[in-house]
Amino acid sequence: MGGTMGWHLLRGWTVLVYLFMFLPVAVVVLLSFNASQFGAFPMTGFSFRWFVELAQNEAILRAFRTSVTLGVMTAAISTTLGVLASLAMVRYRVPGSNYISTLLIAPILVPEVVLAVALLLFLNFLGINKSFTLLLFGHVIFTLPFVILVVQARLISIKRDIEEAAMSLGASPRQTFFQITLPLMLPAVLAGALFALTISFDDITGTLFWKPGGVETVPTQIFAMLRNSISPEINALGTVMIVLTVGLPLLGLAIARTLSQKRGI
Amino acid sequence: MSSVHLNNIVKRFGAVTAVHSTSLEIPEGAFVTLLGPSGCGKTTNLRMIAGLLDPTEGEILIGGKRVNDVPIHKRNLGLVFQNYALFPHKTVADNVAFGLKYRDVPSDDIATKVQDALELVQLPDVGDRYPKELSGGQQQRIALARAIVIEPDVLLLDEPLSALDANLREDMRVELKRIQERIGVTTVFVTHDQSEALAMSDQIVVMSDGRVEQVGAPEEVYNTPASEFVANFLGASNILAARCTRRGPEGVDIEAPTFGKLTVPAEKAPNLGSEGPAKLVIRAEKLLVSRDEAPEGVLSVPATIEAVDYQGQAVRYFVRADDTQLQAINMIDQHPFATGDAINLHLRPIDCAALPGD
Ligand SMILES: Nc1ncnc2c1ncn2[C@@H]1O[C@H](COP(=O)(O)OP(=O)(O)OP(=O)(O)O)[C@@H](O)[C@H]1O
Ligand SMILES: [Mg+2]
Repeated sequence: MGGTMGWHLLRGWTVLVYLFMFLPVAVVVLLSFNASQFGAFPMTGFSFRWFVELAQNEAILRAFRTSVTLGVMTAAISTTLGVLASLAMVRYRVPGSNYISTLLIAPILVPEVVLAVALLLFLNFLGINKSFTLLLFGHVIFTLPFVILVVQARLISIKRDIEEAAMSLGASPRQTFFQITLPLMLPAVLAGALFALTISFDDITGTLFWKPGGVETVPTQIFAMLRNSISPEINALGTVMIVLTVGLPLLGLAIARTLSQKRGI
Repeated sequence: MSSVHLNNIVKRFGAVTAVHSTSLEIPEGAFVTLLGPSGCGKTTNLRMIAGLLDPTEGEILIGGKRVNDVPIHKRNLGLVFQNYALFPHKTVADNVAFGLKYRDVPSDDIATKVQDALELVQLPDVGDRYPKELSGGQQQRIALARAIVIEPDVLLLDEPLSALDANLREDMRVELKRIQERIGVTTVFVTHDQSEALAMSDQIVVMSDGRVEQVGAPEEVYNTPASEFVANFLGASNILAARCTRRGPEGVDIEAPTFGKLTVPAEKAPNLGSEGPAKLVIRAEKLLVSRDEAPEGVLSVPATIEAVDYQGQAVRYFVRADDTQLQAINMIDQHPFATGDAINLHLRPIDCAALPGD
């Protein structure tokens, strides 16, 4: 009897925790479709007007473009570097690869604020000013570990035999990479790129420290808007962000899965 | 098709010496097996021939040309691994065609050659499938087709049958040998399975601890082992400490415990001097367990059976004669003898071999 009671309590508690976590998100999404000027319940009707206004807000559009550019460039650079670093560590066993690996993974373990301040201070020390390049640099450092972790795991599971067979058949090391290794690790590379893209798109802490004056990304734009007023537009923007940051990885996962099924891996 | 020469090859991994100064001559078109226990350096030798490892010292020649500095993708070799190593993301046909794309083969001919290769390994209809849709044995056939379709100068196989189950392994053994004879490619085969080596090879290279112990045709290595290691590794042997008393033109006189004086044919004791300590090698299958008297010219020694290991058509007896423990493997068609039976051991001196003693 007491046992059942305990289970009921535990179940109830779990539900409460989830409500606490996801209710605000649900509220934001719901209110973004609210017709009324004031973001509050009860809702007064269903409307897309805040999304339309969003699409006409020059500042938000600029922030969106910045975020997308930053995210795509971060993903491209992080993925390239991550693949090369993984190859060096897994396949070529460069001397000291253990230390290098730890060093590259470290940014995940350091609190983001610390990393942000450290990079800023370091660049100040070198006399380099804040710029978009610095922002990009910061995002790359911050997303690289995720790419490396995903790609490395995959690369380890690709047997060296397969590459050796390709070379014995006449493929140079470069041809072997593009014909065999890369296609086999493509799902992981895509997943890594999507990780990098979403993390960059979502990031606010580091971005606040690194961004030059006048440049805003979507998260910092929301942050700035919140300081002035609580406009229903922000709800709409929040909904867009949620759809993107949840939807992109899901999409990536689906693509990776169909890819690897089709290829019989 | 090309011959392969290893000249004084040494391979060290840091402090470990995996291959001690090894010289080998593999004639054109021959099927040569590297045989030895785990860790004796078979794979290391094969990988050096393939160009996947650089020898620390010495030269490798393929078709008379030094290849030490030729990278693997320019050596024109066929390589088959224990785990098939097919490309999982390519169809069977694309797997087999892979090597042809790096050679000057017109694209029309590629399809024909691929189909011919698939027919040679008796899997003409699986071209559109992916490797994971084939059984282990079929995958290994495809791996073989992929390696031979490029008409390699040398075919290198590293334990290609050991991932297959026992029945399939014997079928594949015959199949592999048939294909090798058909295309006549110089083949280096690595295995630790002596029956595989004996069944397939033109020549066996018995290795131990990074050294070559003996090179010879299967029956030569089997009947005239050059060392105690070879005698024990290929089949079961009884090795008795003995003395050589005289070396004549026909035979070598040996004095052994239990069996007394006997004359071993000279060609079965090639390394023995004229007098001194020796070892008498008696293969377990050559020792016959019997109730009867021995015929003329056959030694007979009374003994007791201590243990019986029944194996179907054959039985392995552990027997004791005087203070000597021996094993005998006999074919039987009826009941085996039982533990404790008093029997005679029959031995023909011409079936014995002798080695230099310690
Ligand atoms: N990369 C390496 N680094 C260090 N030692 C190695 C390396 N490769 C092989 N060795 C050592 O060299 C010796 C020979 O290894 P090798 O793989 O050639 O044996 P093998 O005869 O193929 O054995 P098996 O039948 O188990 O495959 C072994 O002692 C092994 O530990
Ligand atoms: Mg091996």
